[in-house]
Amino acid sequence: MSTPAPCKLKASDYKSKTKPVWCPGCGDYHVLLSFAKAAAQLQLRPEEIAVISGIGCSSRIPAYLNCYGFHGIHGRALPLATGVKVARPDLTVICAGGDGDGFSIGGNHLLHACRRNIDITYVVMDNEVYGMTKGQPSPTTAPDWDSKIAPGGTGVSPFHPLVIALASGANFVARAFSGDPNGTTKILVDAIEHPGFSFVQILSPCVTFRPDQREWKNQVHPSPVTPTTDASQAARRVMTDDGFNIGVLYKGDRDPYRQTVGRNIRIERNIDEEFQL
Amino acid sequence: MSEQAINKDSISIALVGKGGAGVLTAGAILLTAAARCGRYGLLIPAVGPQIRGGESAALLRLGKTPINCLDDHFDVLLGINWQHAERFRTDIPLTADSLVVTDPSAGDVPEFITATGVRIHELEMQALSATVTGGRPNMVALGYVARLAGIPDSALLQAIEKKLAQKGPDSIKASIDCVRLGWDQAASVTAVEIEAVNGTADERWLISGNHAAGLGALRGGIKFAAAYPITPATEILEWLAPRLHDAGGTLVQAEDELASINMAIGASYGGIPSLTATSGPGLSLMIEGLGLAVGAEIPLVVINVMRGGPSTGIPTKPEQSDFNAAVYGLHGDAPHIVVAASSVADCAYTTQWAVHLAEATQAPVIVLSDQFIGQAIAVVDPIANIKFLTQRKLATAIDENFQRYALTADGISPMPLPGMPGGQYTADGLEHTTGATPSGLVDDHVAQLDKRARKIEAFDYGQHWAEIEGDGELAVLTWGSTTNTVREAIGRLANDLKAKIKLISLRLLLPAQPDKMAEALEGVQRLIVIEQNHSGQLYHFLRSWYDLPGDVASIHRPGPSVFRPGEIAAKLRDWSDQ
Repeated sequence: MSTPAPCKLKASDYKSKTKPVWCPGCGDYHVLLSFAKAAAQLQLRPEEIAVISGIGCSSRIPAYLNCYGFHGIHGRALPLATGVKVARPDLTVICAGGDGDGFSIGGNHLLHACRRNIDITYVVMDNEVYGMTKGQPSPTTAPDWDSKIAPGGTGVSPFHPLVIALASGANFVARAFSGDPNGTTKILVDAIEHPGFSFVQILSPCVTFRPDQREWKNQVHPSPVTPTTDASQAARRVMTDDGFNIGVLYKGDRDPYRQTVGRNIRIERNIDEEFQL
Repeated sequence: MSEQAINKDSISIALVGKGGAGVLTAGAILLTAAARCGRYGLLIPAVGPQIRGGESAALLRLGKTPINCLDDHFDVLLGINWQHAERFRTDIPLTADSLVVTDPSAGDVPEFITATGVRIHELEMQALSATVTGGRPNMVALGYVARLAGIPDSALLQAIEKKLAQKGPDSIKASIDCVRLGWDQAASVTAVEIEAVNGTADERWLISGNHAAGLGALRGGIKFAAAYPITPATEILEWLAPRLHDAGGTLVQAEDELASINMAIGASYGGIPSLTATSGPGLSLMIEGLGLAVGAEIPLVVINVMRGGPSTGIPTKPEQSDFNAAVYGLHGDAPHIVVAASSVADCAYTTQWAVHLAEATQAPVIVLSDQFIGQAIAVVDPIANIKFLTQRKLATAIDENFQRYALTADGISPMPLPGMPGGQYTADGLEHTTGATPSGLVDDHVAQLDKRARKIEAFDYGQHWAEIEGDGELAVLTWGSTTNTVREAIGRLANDLKAKIKLISLRLLLPAQPDKMAEALEGVQRLIVIEQNHSGQLYHFLRSWYDLPGDVASIHRPGPSVFRPGEIAAKLRDWSDQ
């Protein structure tokens, strides 16, 4: 079958007409842009991308893209994305969401998605706060951050998503900053192209409930070292850095999850025969 | 020596022993042998909560006609040993006519057994098996009870060779030698007069309800399953895993039930017919996911093999107490479909139908089975493959005005699959417009609620909605595995009662079918609803959804003991006399 040579796709071809619900100045706008640029750079067909999310401000992203999307339920983006990718290995599957969705209510799924190493890219837009419910601490919030639900702070240590991802077996681990769309685009391209489960934490400021995060743009800096294939070295680096190192931290070579759906190998079995005496 | 004998169409045999004694192996061989010589039968494996070394029992009923429920009592109880046999007290009802077979080396027969005045025979299972190199007491027991059940030795030997083929010739020889020793000991004993059989039945199947559900799923076209292990549903998953693989599909073992239902939804969104299977606690965890499948309109099958509830409840025993969770569990107005399998074989048919319904309506379908039919192994006639025209309505002509959730006459909107150019949309649990954009507006909400209700209510469920047998002014309305017990009870009363009793067994629990029910109840003056739960869940549902005759009674009691035909027959007799 011959297909006409497709026109070169631009970043704008990946955006839908739906207007985001995000606040002016939200870091997620830049993540949306970076994603569109990454898809254009890879020249992926929009209909061959599935963007899967849970619930939260950042989880609204599928509707703003001109791709297939699924805005599921709170915390379950990774299982939903897992089902899509296992059933349809031909698709490029991106899972996206926030720190509450991915690290709190959906925390268990992160461990197992890393471990399973299915070929999907998981993007967490981390703003260390629940924005949609108007300002509660998340698993990445500092212990002394004051809020109505936890006056004076939670007193609870934050969760370290990159270390957890490394320990759980993610095959690609990176940190990006939404305010650097070109750098984020590059990391997303790298993450999508890397086989297996790619985990990208994008520091994405919430200007409404965490105005202090406007300072992030002055705090982030490119990682001084090149990505390693040694998970323990990567874990040491990320546990001792200042939390603002931006770049690809780890690239593993673990075999991705074995795909069986859609294989052409079919073993003919007469199922009925099994039950005969 | 002549014993008091009772002529019966079936014989019920219970084998008990501590874990490792091999009663389930002996029971499985006995069932296979019975099937080989043309009998029908049912084997209920009963085990304690221990993984190894607990007590176990094989509850068998063998007979001339298809058997789908246990009898009132056991004709034979054989104990290889009696440790912990007490816990089977309610599973193994006995009468003075029952024959109890005990090994003198196993100590006294427990008092709860002797209290019923049973006849006791001694069989030296340990001592006899010790005379055979590699011999085991359970095979002595097998030879003994097979002869009592009128099974020809040729069928028995064939069954042993098949069942133990993997263990090698030495093991088979030892087993056969032991079986012969037991067989000889039964020469002068009669349990019940049972017609001798010599026929063969090569056409028959041996199948459990859980495997039948798996078969129905495969026949229906399921290619993806995601699930978390749970008693008593795990056999469905273990059976499906390699077979899905061979069919070009897969089964993913999820980290929990929240994940498994969402994986299945994701796979189905991708266009692959998908399923998960669980039991009560897992169903509770899946409820939010079911709502997502309703709202986003994703076809999905959830098999729920019911066990005693609430909470962890009684995992290894049946109950019909998840009706409310399946029908009412979802938040919001969430139209979906609930169907129930009524027998081991019907697990295949109903599951296959469920796949068809899910794919056709783009909605979740819950299949209710239970531990009794799920884990029972039955001799059945081959289960026909009903080839439903299962077709998901896919978007074929996609133009720029395409609307994923378009308001159609039948409520079913053409669905694009990822990969189809121009069909891009975001499936959403948020309320949405016809174009799949999130919306909180009343018009959109009402239009989508109406559409989702319409597609479920207007669907043509045909004659599959219920099994209706007989006619009369009295009717029993029931569902699920209780159907078989009710059927047998009605059969026993056929010649006794002045009035005839009609049986209506619902396969389609939700949505309600008031018109079809009105037709089924035409001429019925009095109705009785029978179900195995504490609160009469179906009864209350019927009262709210159906116009019923003026006189409606309800029989409902919880598990873990299943209904027995005599229990139902006695209640029906009292009721019909009122």
